[in-house]
Amino acid sequence: MNDSRLRQFQAAGPPADLLISSVYVLDPRSGIDGARDVLIRGGMVAEVAPADSLEAPAGSERVDGRGRHLFPGFVDPHVHLRSPGQEYKEDVRTGTTAAAAGGFVSIIAMPNTAPPIDSVPILEAVIATARAEARIPTGFLAAITVGLGGRELTEMAALRDAGALGFTDDGKPVTSAGLLRRALQYQRLVGGALALHEEDPELSGAGVMHEGAVSARLGLAGIPSVSESTFIARDAALARYEEAAVHFQHVSAAESVEALGDARIRADTSGVRISAEATPHHLTLTDEALTGLDTRLKMNPPLRTEADRQAIVDGLRSGLLTCIATDHAPHARHEKEQPLEQAPMGTTGLETAFAAVFSELVRPGVLSLALVVERLSAGGEPFGLAPPTIQPGVPANLVLINLEGRWVVGAHGYRSRSANCCFDGRRLWGVVDLTIAAGQVAFRATADGGHPHRQEDR
Amino acid sequence: MSQPLRHLLSIGDLGRAGIERILDRALSFAEVSGREIKKVPALRGRTVVNLFYESSTRTSSSFELAAKRLSADVVSIRASGSSVDKGESLRDTVETLSAYDPAAIVIRSPHVGAASLVAGWTEASVVNAGDGKHEHPTQALLDVFTLRQRIGPLEGRSIWIVGDVLHSRVARSNILAFQAMGARVTLAGPPTLLPRGIEQLGVEVTPQLDALADADVVYVLRMQQERMEAAYIPTLREYAQRYQINPGRLRPGQLVMHPGPVNRGVELSADVIDSAVSLIGEQVKAGVAVRMAVLYELLVGSPRLAAVA
Repeated sequence: MNDSRLRQFQAAGPPADLLISSVYVLDPRSGIDGARDVLIRGGMVAEVAPADSLEAPAGSERVDGRGRHLFPGFVDPHVHLRSPGQEYKEDVRTGTTAAAAGGFVSIIAMPNTAPPIDSVPILEAVIATARAEARIPTGFLAAITVGLGGRELTEMAALRDAGALGFTDDGKPVTSAGLLRRALQYQRLVGGALALHEEDPELSGAGVMHEGAVSARLGLAGIPSVSESTFIARDAALARYEEAAVHFQHVSAAESVEALGDARIRADTSGVRISAEATPHHLTLTDEALTGLDTRLKMNPPLRTEADRQAIVDGLRSGLLTCIATDHAPHARHEKEQPLEQAPMGTTGLETAFAAVFSELVRPGVLSLALVVERLSAGGEPFGLAPPTIQPGVPANLVLINLEGRWVVGAHGYRSRSANCCFDGRRLWGVVDLTIAAGQVAFRATADGGHPHRQEDR
Repeated sequence: MSQPLRHLLSIGDLGRAGIERILDRALSFAEVSGREIKKVPALRGRTVVNLFYESSTRTSSSFELAAKRLSADVVSIRASGSSVDKGESLRDTVETLSAYDPAAIVIRSPHVGAASLVAGWTEASVVNAGDGKHEHPTQALLDVFTLRQRIGPLEGRSIWIVGDVLHSRVARSNILAFQAMGARVTLAGPPTLLPRGIEQLGVEVTPQLDALADADVVYVLRMQQERMEAAYIPTLREYAQRYQINPGRLRPGQLVMHPGPVNRGVELSADVIDSAVSLIGEQVKAGVAVRMAVLYELLVGSPRLAAVA
């Protein structure tokens, strides 16, 4: 179980055999930035050659890559697949199909299911489901505490042996510093990483959105930024003390980015490993969007101010935030169709992650395309998953995208079982044509109108 | 006449002209309330549903009376004892009630945005009778009505809203209404009960009553026992010492308002409540006429429905 590839599971399928010709390849890791022919044989990248230099071997397909970009596939370390127990929101098949449609070649699922993934039999059951139904390699984090209750540690060593990539109580913080310290000590023993949802429940209180001018105007209880940043500072200090590996989830506040900066300065001299996520919604939206009380914009942590959003963008650029993660959190229509205070927190995001960040940050020139591709494909590293790269001899993990294609989010439905997307109705640039995950074709755009990402006329 | 108004969800939907139009009509309905037979036939044959998810005495009774004085058929539903209690969702309840083809649904809910949601699910006009800590637009209207009756235009007047602004939908609607009418608004209270960021509405915010003499009108908010339990204030006694509006804090000529119900001896001293500076009784009296005017505005006053009638 030391090979982290054995901690990801998917349904078996035929290996891809195809030539993507004359495509613009951008791979920040291999350093390729130009037009190439990419030959995939038996699911492996067989050759990366100058454009228009290769012929498709007999029996394999040729995909015309002109006008398209080929990137290393995206890796999402933060997905709620809702299985077991809440399959009315999402299941392994629909969730991984949505992921593939968004260009993801690998995802990591959260354990806050019903029941939670906090014991070996439950972990084995979801792994069996993933082996039967997952369209792309899917790994699992197990709970840090039994029942996500914040009181007793799960059998972390046994869960790790059974295939857990790491541990998290995501959805909730580990409030007890003493308990978290024990978990960090166990993390060092068993490997993986602890993914931490950071907020102080006392400061968050009954908050439903960011505390600020908008919540004051709407009469909604606020979640202050310091609720997140104080816990990040606390847990970074604990992780350093224990020389453990921690991954801070969905960082949302400027104060949190500051706390990460402080932690990073001290981290260099110790064995601690610190990584952190930014979500597409915190990178592109603010609490002003809540003015209309649309429950699709209610998530935890909440959308914050423009200054926070800019701090998250800056943190992603500087590398304090090491990856982009969606926190894809599907909820059924009847759950979101309630007053904002009652509706559950969360937005879907797998199908829109690239397009949202590309449209809102790359096209306007705020972030480079290479940086966004790197951050979108870096999410597995904290958990020991090598990032995808496009070079001969490695399994094909890549995504073909038409950057000039434009689509309206949700206009043709979603691959996810749920429709609670905070970008619903927006016109975004960037249409995924083809996703190859672990050597298998996981998603392919079809020309007919049934495809949710159908390209509009330009 | 400006935009036809279909719903009253926020006082912000109205603007100064809309507020004035409704209050002018309320004045003529106040005259009806002085008659022996207090009814006009404006809503004969139409149904008004009052859907109250929170207990309320004056708001629900005055909406009921307002609808009846306009000759509407009235159905009043309270959360306790109804299917609401049995876990029926708001949407299902509204769809069930919509089968009766109501002309208006008046809704009071403990949740922000409930009235806006209902407006998206029904053909009826929706009146927000209070949605969580968000808004209470008809309270703001009756408060402006009461003040106009007593002191005329609010342009340039200084109004202080004192107390638990954080938990007050009345404060939020009244800030917008008073500002729309040209008044200057100051919020005063313990720092724990002044929401962070509220100054971005263009109000002054202070934790002190030192400059209270600046106020032409002191609008006092209700202070509830449970704020003490949640540590927003140490004790009601200390709150009263620092923030109670009593004769010692008022200068001659200032007027005092309160949305009710009052905790005597906490936010207001008993002698102020019963004195000539208090407009509390007039506020209650204005409730029926103003709510008649709101229902009239939505159900009769709009060209869309006038054309059908």
